Amino acid sequence: MQEELFAPGHRGCAGCGAAIAARLILKGSGKDVIIVSPTGCLEVISSPYPESAWKVPWIHSLFENAAAVASGVEVALKSLGRKDEAKVIVIGGDGATIDIGIGALSGMLERGHDITYICYDNEAYMNTGIQRSSSTPYGASTTTSPAGKVSFGENRPKKNLPAIAAAHGIPYVATASIAYPKDVIKKVKKAISIEGPKYLQIHAPCCTGWGFDGSKTIEIGRLAVETALFPIYESTEGKVTSVKKVKRKPVEEYLKAQRRFSHLFKIEGGEEELKKIQDIADSNAKQFGLDQ
Amino acid sequence: MEIMEGSRAVAEAVKACRPNVIAAYPITPQTHIVEEIARMVADGELASEYVRVDSEHSAMSVCVGASATGARTYTATTSQGMALMHEVLFNAAGLRLPIVMTAANRSLSAPINIWNDQQDTVSERDSGWIQLYAEDTQEASDMIIQAYKIAEDHDILLPVMVGMDGFILTHVHEPVELCPQEKVDDFLPSYDPAYYLTPKNPLSFGTIVYPSTYTEFRYMIHEAMKRAERKIIDVASDFRDKFGRHYGGLIDTYEAEDAEVLIMAMGSVIGTAKDAVDELRSDGKKVGIVKVRCYRPFPAEAISEAVKNAKAIAVLDKNISLGYEGALYTDVKSALYNENGPLALGFILGLGGRDITKNTIKSIAEKAQKAIKSGRVEKDSEFVDVGVL
Amino acid sequence: MKLSIGAMVEPGSTRTNKTGSWRTFKPIIDVEACIGCGTCSMFCPEGTIYKVADKYTIDYDYCKGCGICAHECPVKAIEMVMEEE
Repeated sequence: MQEELFAPGHRGCAGCGAAIAARLILKGSGKDVIIVSPTGCLEVISSPYPESAWKVPWIHSLFENAAAVASGVEVALKSLGRKDEAKVIVIGGDGATIDIGIGALSGMLERGHDITYICYDNEAYMNTGIQRSSSTPYGASTTTSPAGKVSFGENRPKKNLPAIAAAHGIPYVATASIAYPKDVIKKVKKAISIEGPKYLQIHAPCCTGWGFDGSKTIEIGRLAVETALFPIYESTEGKVTSVKKVKRKPVEEYLKAQRRFSHLFKIEGGEEELKKIQDIADSNAKQFGLDQ
Repeated sequence: MEIMEGSRAVAEAVKACRPNVIAAYPITPQTHIVEEIARMVADGELASEYVRVDSEHSAMSVCVGASATGARTYTATTSQGMALMHEVLFNAAGLRLPIVMTAANRSLSAPINIWNDQQDTVSERDSGWIQLYAEDTQEASDMIIQAYKIAEDHDILLPVMVGMDGFILTHVHEPVELCPQEKVDDFLPSYDPAYYLTPKNPLSFGTIVYPSTYTEFRYMIHEAMKRAERKIIDVASDFRDKFGRHYGGLIDTYEAEDAEVLIMAMGSVIGTAKDAVDELRSDGKKVGIVKVRCYRPFPAEAISEAVKNAKAIAVLDKNISLGYEGALYTDVKSALYNENGPLALGFILGLGGRDITKNTIKSIAEKAQKAIKSGRVEKDSEFVDVGVL
Repeated sequence: MKLSIGAMVEPGSTRTNKTGSWRTFKPIIDVEACIGCGTCSMFCPEGTIYKVADKYTIDYDYCKGCGICAHECPVKAIEMVMEEE
């Protein structure tokens, strides 16, 4: 039996997608790692003093600096002749990664550190109460992009961080979903085996923030992939090298299962918005050749 | 003894301390320090990992990560860069990481101004960093070596910032005696971290602490700060034994024994004040100096002891807590509140690179003497030489 | 209470916090029907479903009763049952 490196007893919600992501990442990485986590849900649920769920060395510093802290860890290992001791991995949420930490992340990628940066993407600031991040998808209602009488919710598409990361010319960029655990584990293993900066974005549904029953975390994650709203692919030095083909489902199947999109099915003009979201999915499918 | 720029004198001391990791980000007037170090790395004189970061926030964050992994780390900054580091400074102290940093003291914007005052570091006085201020380039250089010795002590484990006045010290060429490498190696063995990130002992750092224990963690940092007072004094005298130079412990005094007026300040203005005091003394005026070498932990006891026989003190602040007065002045008065101490006068001066001359010091001493004569302080705190608005 | 410097913490120590008390519904594995595929174990957010021989077993000390295991089981061998007081 493989040792669980992310211990139970953590404070994640029943059905927490981020906790599943953490478990899968550590299954892929093994114990010889140093994990850096920015502030966020995963950090808070996993490290309530005097307890920690982490059975690997772990550090949390601040919200926007995980990539820089990891850079420090990596160069320290190098300087101290301990490079073989551990792989350096960041595990951070989308707010920490795609919004507030993007400067530090870009610096880390550009400087060529041997670090695997993993973003667990739950598409909003969950820890502070489901506020919109730049990774929140079009049409989602959050506490700072609420649907209302004159609002359909979030009015901008998800920021495409994998593409931004890839533009740094780094050796490995990949997306994955906790709904496909073997794929996550495989990609983590692959990422840490490659020298240099790597970026992984793992879609991790949040039952509390998205509004679905905790038993459906995996089902929702699968639907995001099957509708092409979260395309799964790998890229090397800016070129896409593999994609996960899907037998596509209409976006409604994904959207109607979540409270954050429920307004689109009720309000006048909602259909128009649903069409726009289908367009996003179609465009993803076309760009990556997702259709089987 | 060799004539060199202050920034190089600091860089040479950093090199002698053999840091594992250096984070560098340019900002005037600190830049010459990291440029000198970059040259040392490029020439193979220094085997450090030199990280060209994307901001000062990242510079301090790199130091946090590296220090937590067991590395000796260094960075330098000033002004806006220090302000950008603000939250990371608190974080580094709270994580108990013995990072050493030079602060090339400079004003804060707006209006933007690249010249010297001490608003940047004074504004970080509550961060949990030990703050030392150098009088000249020799001290700025030697303080780096002392700073690591203080910071890395397992009873302390706190970061240290060494303030040196921007341009006035960073860019001045003066004779400096560098510490020989073998003596530094002997004085400062390689960093032996109490705890560090390693799979061999997979601890968690930076956990979330609830109201039930947060106060206790703050208290522990405060206690370490208080222990640092003794440590700073001891390290200064150990340094004297090893290298033959001494600049005082927490404070230093000059012509203070029989002084009626004591001028109190931090940093390079002490040099100017010494010249002014020499002239005042030759005119028969009993004026002396208390140099505050360590601002945090605040040496309240040492200061009240040093001023107990004076009739008035004049505190010079190259900073202002806007809406009140200079920060050193506030702290000094607070230290003397229950001591039935001398009259106290506060002066805000030298902001944004405004020169402080011997005459400025003399006129301040004169004001203090006037207060002694009249037995009262007319103006508690005032701006020196402020133009007509 | 002895506090660690910098609020450092021992690895895996959340184990002292038994989250089984959160549970409203309890997953029961039908050992006969279980095909030992490991899907439930892989998806468990608590990592608290273990393989014993060829079958899987749940550590109820930590199971929060989210029901992902039952929902994802390919042979529907897990049933969610209301906890008794």
